[in-house]
Amino acid sequence: MNALFAFLAGLVFGIGLIVSGMSNPAKVIGFLDLAGWWDPSLALVMVGAIAVGAGAYALAKRRTTSLLGLPMLLPAATHIDRRLVLGSALFGVGWGLAGICPGPALVLAGAGFAQGGLFVAAMVAGMAIFEGLERFNGRARATR
Amino acid sequence: MTIDFASFTPLAALAGGALIGLAAAMLVLCNGRIAGVSGIVGGLLRPNANAAGDVGWRLAFVIGLLAAPLLYQLFAALPASVIASGNGGIIIAGLLVGIGTRYGSGCTSGHGVCGLSRFSARSLVATLTFMAAGFITVFVMRHVLDVA
Repeated sequence: MNALFAFLAGLVFGIGLIVSGMSNPAKVIGFLDLAGWWDPSLALVMVGAIAVGAGAYALAKRRTTSLLGLPMLLPAATHIDRRLVLGSALFGVGWGLAGICPGPALVLAGAGFAQGGLFVAAMVAGMAIFEGLERFNGRARATR
Repeated sequence: MTIDFASFTPLAALAGGALIGLAAAMLVLCNGRIAGVSGIVGGLLRPNANAAGDVGWRLAFVIGLLAAPLLYQLFAALPASVIASGNGGIIIAGLLVGIGTRYGSGCTSGHGVCGLSRFSARSLVATLTFMAAGFITVFVMRHVLDVA
């Protein structure tokens, strides 16, 4: 049940990315190119998503379990630190370079674009590098 | 700033955005989880922290995203996707997105959609940061280095 609803959510999410134009890297770069011919469409993607999402999260915040009886796991972190800002900045540079963020990368890979698959492989490698560095730092701290 | 009205697709953007919001609503209300793609994928690389059943829903969500274009194609031709970057650029961008989203604890979906929907100040800072970095990167690539 758990996995079935997650699959459906992924499917709807992916369709939304295609319909909205987010799965077209050229359109994403058109949005990020403020100094050129600016395509404001993607700002409206955020507006549409938040309009629906805000209602759902208002409901979710009042519950401790989901409709399937699973624990409601909402982020507890509220601190704004260097990791958040530097990590987001690195992500933004990568996003601007190719016009691809994680969701659209998976949609492009699913649509059969070789460069979508390559991007996903590089992204997962980047995540593995992060995990490795975290483990190394954790061990270094533990033995100090 | 010159608005490119020929490329502006407000209705498709709003409708697609609403679907993304609906997906985030489904995942939080049914599964109790944040629909943040980088967090969902990244969690698969952390087997120690994974409780039983944790891998299943993450994989299922990823398979849903991969399958979305196939489902779409049953009803209509996929809209064009133009990828201008070469393979080297794709690899560098992918590595930066992978490392950056994990350090920053989220991406366009986790911070941009879900975080802002929860009115999280932390996600607002993250979103403003990656948008600013994206604007600057495209400015440098297109208007300073003239390579894209």
